Amino acid sequence: MNALPDAFVWLTTATNWQGEKGVWHRLGEHLYFSGTCLAVACLLALPLALWLGHMGKGGALAVNISNIGRAVPTLAVLVLLSLTPLSKYGDLPTLIALVLFAVPPLLTNAYVGMREVDRSVVEAARGMGMSGRQLFLRVELPLAYPLIMTGLRSAAVQVVATATLAAMAGEGGLGRIITAGFNLQDTPQVVAGAVLVAALALLVEGVLVALGRILDPMRGRALPG
Amino acid sequence: MAQQDCLVANDWVCAEYVRSRGQELVDATLQHVGITVVSIAIGLAVALPLALLARRGKAFAGPVLGLTTALYSVPSLAMFSLLLPLFGLSAALVVTGLVLYSLTILVRNILAGLEAVPEEAREAARGMGYGPGRLLWEVELPLALPALFAGVRMATVATVALTTVGAIVDYGGLGGLIMSGLRSDFKAQVLTASVLCVLLAVTADLLLLAVQRALTPWTRIRSRRPSDTRAAKVVEPA
Repeated sequence: MNALPDAFVWLTTATNWQGEKGVWHRLGEHLYFSGTCLAVACLLALPLALWLGHMGKGGALAVNISNIGRAVPTLAVLVLLSLTPLSKYGDLPTLIALVLFAVPPLLTNAYVGMREVDRSVVEAARGMGMSGRQLFLRVELPLAYPLIMTGLRSAAVQVVATATLAAMAGEGGLGRIITAGFNLQDTPQVVAGAVLVAALALLVEGVLVALGRILDPMRGRALPG
Repeated sequence: MAQQDCLVANDWVCAEYVRSRGQELVDATLQHVGITVVSIAIGLAVALPLALLARRGKAFAGPVLGLTTALYSVPSLAMFSLLLPLFGLSAALVVTGLVLYSLTILVRNILAGLEAVPEEAREAARGMGYGPGRLLWEVELPLALPALFAGVRMATVATVALTTVGAIVDYGGLGGLIMSGLRSDFKAQVLTASVLCVLLAVTADLLLLAVQRALTPWTRIRSRRPSDTRAAKVVEPA
């Protein structure tokens, strides 16, 4: 059972961090894929989910889309897209797959968050003469915020995981260190790559939890009830 | 002849492929089903004691829920890779990884189901002289069944999808066909295996729903909010 010490040796060898196949370059690819796709997915999903939630429409769509997202294997979508003519455009198939898998958690959580705002609070706000816009910005959005952040966190974790799998479809990212390790039958490299990926995923999750607390619009205010 | 052409032309949809490689598809599907069923069964066997432990108080609930949630954040490829030194290239590696993932959903749902058991039901059972074991098996678990099944369904659907990643160690069921199709640029194989995978997930979900309905006839008599929606809110791994 020398795998962990050997993986540590792999991680502390400077040459493994440099060059096109090195950790820094793969990490850069990973962060570029993940960041871009998370941003695009937010731009697509959040306005739609918040609008649907505000209007109280499309509930079945918002909930079912997340069930569909869970049933479709990420690997299958990555491989299918990489076999389409889209693969002529470099990273495009991967980027599309990443966005596709980031949308469901964002959409569902933001929608549910908007719908779960206490109806009596909404009625009270209307009674105070708030317009639809004021109601949305000052009441619904702050109260839906925790679930919107949960969706963002799930989406980020999903994106990091999908970007790792992209390596199995021949793309870059940190997963490439793992798949290369499998091809070379180099267990220490496989474990080292896995440690890096797991650390990145947990770090992303931790940062988003902290960010969510700092940005919480209800922070420091007494909760109703 | 026209049917053979789709293999030569490398079409996405090809009946000849399904005909000529039927056995390969059946074998991969059976492996897929086997890995999924074993993973969920072991997952349940591990999740139940963990949920009971977590129920004992905050001192246990925090670590149990924290650990299972953290496990869920680890990407599947990394999870399988971290288990490589322990299991080598084996089906046990894939099953272990899938069990660890299923725990997140299962523990949360069992816990939510147990906590939703009305206190009056417990009191009544105790008043009738039920001991803790009998209370659990004959009162609490049956009442927690809808939430438990919601968890089993979600975990099963997720596990069917995740099993494909097992292809990295050659035990990925239909994922193996997807990967070999990718390597040989064989479109019909990739699409057929992918579609079968989704069908498998949907079939398993519907089957479990049928079992749940058969086991919990009382949920359809009483008019109340279906437990499904309540459980679904709690279980979504954050």
